[in-house]
Amino acid sequence: MDVLKRVPIKEQEPIERIHNFDEVCFGYTPDEAVREAQRCLECKNAPCVKGCPVEVKIPEFIKLIKEKKFKESYLKILETNLLPAICGRVCPQETQCEQNCVRGIKGEPIAIGKLERFVADWFRQNCEFEFSKPQPNKRKVAIIGSGPAGLSCASSLAKMGYNVTIFEAFHKLGGVLYYGIPEFRLPKEVVEWEIENLKKMGVEFRTNMIFGKTFDLEDLKQEGFDAVFISSGAGLPNFLNIEGELLNGIYSANEFLTRINLMKAYKFPEYDTPIKLGKKVGVIGGGNVAMDAARVARRLGSEVYILYRRTEAEMPARKEEILHAKEEGIKIIELVSPVKFIGDETGHVKALELVKMQLSQPDSSGRRSVKPIDGSNFVFEADNFIVAIGQSPNPLVKKAIPDLELNPNGSIKVDENLMTNIEGVFAGGDIVTGAATVILAMGMGKKAAQSIDRYLNAKKV
Amino acid sequence: MNEIVIKQNLAPNVWLMGIYSPQVAKKSNPGQFVILRVAENGERIPLTIADFDREKGVVYIIFQVVGKTTSLLSQLNIGDRIIDFVGPLGMPYEHNPEDKNYLFVAGGLGIPAIFSKVKMLHSQGKNIDIIIGGRSKENIFFEDELKKYCNNLYISTNDGSYGKKGFVTDILNELLESGKRYDEIFAVGPVPMMKAVVDITKKYQIKTLVSLNPIMVDGTGMCGGCRVKIGNEVKFACVDGPIFDGFEVDFDGLMKRNSYYQDLENISYREHKCKIGLGE
Repeated sequence: MDVLKRVPIKEQEPIERIHNFDEVCFGYTPDEAVREAQRCLECKNAPCVKGCPVEVKIPEFIKLIKEKKFKESYLKILETNLLPAICGRVCPQETQCEQNCVRGIKGEPIAIGKLERFVADWFRQNCEFEFSKPQPNKRKVAIIGSGPAGLSCASSLAKMGYNVTIFEAFHKLGGVLYYGIPEFRLPKEVVEWEIENLKKMGVEFRTNMIFGKTFDLEDLKQEGFDAVFISSGAGLPNFLNIEGELLNGIYSANEFLTRINLMKAYKFPEYDTPIKLGKKVGVIGGGNVAMDAARVARRLGSEVYILYRRTEAEMPARKEEILHAKEEGIKIIELVSPVKFIGDETGHVKALELVKMQLSQPDSSGRRSVKPIDGSNFVFEADNFIVAIGQSPNPLVKKAIPDLELNPNGSIKVDENLMTNIEGVFAGGDIVTGAATVILAMGMGKKAAQSIDRYLNAKKV
Repeated sequence: MNEIVIKQNLAPNVWLMGIYSPQVAKKSNPGQFVILRVAENGERIPLTIADFDREKGVVYIIFQVVGKTTSLLSQLNIGDRIIDFVGPLGMPYEHNPEDKNYLFVAGGLGIPAIFSKVKMLHSQGKNIDIIIGGRSKENIFFEDELKKYCNNLYISTNDGSYGKKGFVTDILNELLESGKRYDEIFAVGPVPMMKAVVDITKKYQIKTLVSLNPIMVDGTGMCGGCRVKIGNEVKFACVDGPIFDGFEVDFDGLMKRNSYYQDLENISYREHKCKIGLGE
């Protein structure tokens, strides 16, 4: 065995997987996991841990895999990371833990994410989730939004004996984990299992509750909640604000993915929510959401092009997602920027005018800017376009709490303890950071739980 | 929760239901809507809140059977539960307290949509005239309920079987031509009707509001499916609306967007009818 190389992981062949929504990666077998774990050098200073937003005890959980103590390994991760099966699948490890791996200097870094996923899946399939309830402390905390920040905050608080209720606007739990990330990257079964565990921990969930519409801060106060954590996400899709954006056949990535993931439109007419996609689809953007949208479109049978204003090297998407997309036959058109959509006589989009872009020399920060090349406009024909250029904070929260202080970009302003300008009201996740990663949101949820605990202890509620 | 407490047939294929949902009733205001889902594999559909009773915790909706979801909903009975019932969504109706004279123009399912607004304005002592219209006599409903709250109620039917033969806009034209003036006109109904109303009221420069019902998924501003051009701006009907200044609405664009899924919705409805033995 070449210790410089990773133990290869089995995946569904591209030719097969473009016809289904099953998970792409099969995950390691116990034998493969142990072999991969054996490559770990167990560095004393553990640079990998420093790359992890929640400081998973990486060398320790990997050591337990070497010893085939998979259950213990899972529990070791759980000490700091509440959703290992999810993080093992969707974290950008290559820019976090794995980037710092000493093995990576000469060879391939340890597949930390895949090992994390392995123990989490092994535990789910072989063990019962056990939770010894702490002494209840009689304090009630309300969490708004059941995405990664909310779930991790709830879990931390439940462990400290809090009485926690999560309010979710949709009819399904999990926030972006449910409506945003497709089944082939994160099976809903995994999300549901994690949520079931939270229920076992005593966390209460209420669906169909829209903050600022169905209930507000005053209602929470009247119900006796001592603190509130707002983790309602970045739920407002950005559009390009160019001519023709209201033509039929143009989706925001949010709408496209919500129809698919939440409403299961890919199973129409077995499910009632429809989706319409023609032969050729253009996806605008270069992040993970753009990759998800492109790969979903591919699975619906379309020929898919990703249109990006910089080059593949600058794409914010995870390398693995870009690779998977390309393997599935998705083509990337680099250095193009949308100018206007062109419609047919029925009001349906038929093309997008693009302008070619050029990269400048790197500036002092090393970042290369782009600018349009005059007169290089051309027309790109397609049946549908999906706009995946990011999300902004949902405006409903601001409407619900008019006194809430916001940052200039509309996100909620918080102090170092994640408390907003309103006492007892904390916030975290994408509503504070703008659209970011699952793990960052989880890290904030955990931190908020600690802050809430400190705050309520000091207040002696 | 979400239990059906009242069910009444108002007109062919038009039903009124009272849903027990204290949390939605408590926050409801005229002009807002709910989103509901009636089956585990079902769609989320928006429906206007026709009326609400905060004390009893009941929200009233009125719907016409036009597709699979509304057909399934119509098959539910008193005592059944609606699996998901979310709201109230959208911005409440706002009016200038100094305005005195109001005219409501409603066609088809727009008739119940004006009810809670009319009731509210009536309680403030405003002068209210109402024009309602439908295809035929059997499509006119809520006449007695509305009469209680207005000065004049005018009715038109396309076939002349009840009220004046023609369209609501014919009556509107007559009223305005005869010199009647209003501080505000509110139109709800099919998009072409609202467009026709605005075409008339523009000539008289009378402030006109309309309530839109575009395609929606979440109803919270998250998907942008309901985006509609208002003047030079793109607005999301679910969070910015559903009520907009009628002079600013791009009705043609809205009509095109609303028709986008028609073919697939027809497939869904047809299959459903076959299953329940109503096949064509």
